[in-house]
Amino acid sequence: MNGFFDIPSDLQHSWLGLIGLHLREALLPVLAGLLVALPLSQLCVRFRWLYPPVLWVTTVLYAIPSLAFFVVLIDYTGQTELTVMIPLTVYTLVILVPAIVDGVRSVPQETLAAATAMGFGPVRRYVQVQLPIAVPAIIAGLRVATVSSISLVSVGALIGNQGALGNLINDANIYNRPELAVNAVVTMAVLAILADGLLVAVRLLLTPWMPSGARARRAPRPEPEVAAR
Amino acid sequence: MIRIDSVTKRYPDGTVAVDRLSLEIPDRSITVLVGPSGCGKTTTLRMINRMVEPSEGTILIDGKDSRQQPVNTLRRSMGYVIQNAGLFQHRTIVDNIATVPRMLGWGKEKARARARELMERVGLDGSLAKRYPYQLSGGQQQRVGVARALAADPPVLLMDEPFSAVDPIVRKGLQDELLRIQDELGKTIVFVTHDIDEAVKIGTMVAVMRTGGKLAQYAPPAELLSNPADAFVEDFLGTDRGIRRLSFFPSAGLRLLTTPVVAVDATAEQIAARATAEAPYLLVTDMDGRPLGWSEPGDLTAGGVDPARLLPYGRPFVAGTDSLRAALDCAVLSPTGWAVGVDAEGRVTGVVSQQTIGEAIRGAHAKGRTDAEAAR
Repeated sequence: MNGFFDIPSDLQHSWLGLIGLHLREALLPVLAGLLVALPLSQLCVRFRWLYPPVLWVTTVLYAIPSLAFFVVLIDYTGQTELTVMIPLTVYTLVILVPAIVDGVRSVPQETLAAATAMGFGPVRRYVQVQLPIAVPAIIAGLRVATVSSISLVSVGALIGNQGALGNLINDANIYNRPELAVNAVVTMAVLAILADGLLVAVRLLLTPWMPSGARARRAPRPEPEVAAR
Repeated sequence: MIRIDSVTKRYPDGTVAVDRLSLEIPDRSITVLVGPSGCGKTTTLRMINRMVEPSEGTILIDGKDSRQQPVNTLRRSMGYVIQNAGLFQHRTIVDNIATVPRMLGWGKEKARARARELMERVGLDGSLAKRYPYQLSGGQQQRVGVARALAADPPVLLMDEPFSAVDPIVRKGLQDELLRIQDELGKTIVFVTHDIDEAVKIGTMVAVMRTGGKLAQYAPPAELLSNPADAFVEDFLGTDRGIRRLSFFPSAGLRLLTTPVVAVDATAEQIAARATAEAPYLLVTDMDGRPLGWSEPGDLTAGGVDPARLLPYGRPFVAGTDSLRAALDCAVLSPTGWAVGVDAEGRVTGVVSQQTIGEAIRGAHAKGRTDAEAAR
């Protein structure tokens, strides 16, 4: 495996530099997606009629190929990381919104009634009761969104030098160095596995109140269909 | 005092859940709202703390309209206990109980100390403080629910079918515990249930409601049983209300016989002396005076009895403490037709026949009538 970590100079990064870039381009969209999904989901819980159209819109947005997004965005944001991260953010919504809505809705009626009867206002009830109880479902959604985002960053190679590890695959083609493609795929897989493990650890830390046997049952992971994209 | 003044709850689709209901709920007592499902009892309860807003009428709390104060202030002044407890699954037991004190601005340590004090009061072991709700049984969770409602020492306690989801034995324990706590704390409790036995057992006053949200009868349990207002209430009370009413007659006045009781080591003379025409059977006790069983005098041999040959004595009643219902039940359970009275330690204090219990019941009825006339 001669030159496995020997990154062509046109990428302007070392291997570690590419990893940093890749994580930034993958994780910032997940974070931004979460920040959009939280209030959006709360609106969907408060106003039930809003949920079906929101689901419909997020699904349609998800169906738009990233290349189409790039074509539109490139006029405004140019060949930058931002152009890659905006579609990735939009894609996370299709996972995060249903995960959070289901999580918040899974809070038992009598728990909500008890909170109301104790004098919790709607905001306090959301922050102190509904959200903490929805944590397992939210993290289950974040796991899928994160893993899928890590793999999707590669498409940034389509608009030049913004695909991070994805550009390695492109370079493998140009310079006829297949080991670079192997490097890119393996590195991305390891990053995805580590990120997933980290999220599992965070959930264990945040939910000491869950029966250990029921953890898997009570927070079903959404189907990882997105990762196949 | 909570005064419900011709309150109606009508939903936008036209359903009337509660129909011009008026009730005066006395202080420091347990008022039970009971009725079949759909009679509006839970709606009535929820209107008291404004989880449901009345369409018409007013609810006065100590003479003040409940709408005069901010809704969350009102709610924090009333403890609320719900079916299945409704605990916060993500908080420890002690933090669940400390919820309302914390909202009222107590310091963390003070609120937790108060929570631990309440755990003791409702009969929960202190070692459970740091556990989470899923680690507790249904009955324990319900005790936490009661402790949580009592945490800020509210004058009023609203209880919505709190004991319906636990098994009968646990339920009886929780009911007895509630009565004990009520003796100590003297809260104004409004208690919703569909179980008439529970209502009769714990209620100082019982409001029977009928489908459509109308009040059928509002009376103390003994009066409810002796004097149901109409066919609906009578039907709702069930077929054995006569027997159940005996729960309210004390056994203290029963004349217990001590003659037909012999110890297991009795001599032939003792046995002969105890057998009288009044009592055809003799009750045999062990050396500590606890009952073993009944026997005909002729079957008894001096200085030793085969316990297997004795007739069962049913379930003894605690003389003076238990009601005539317990005494009668004991007499009916025993094939001899005699009931065994015991003291708090289970030692026999005397025996009494069905006939004597029957006389006592008639006497109690007669007394009830003269009392009612005197009251009029």
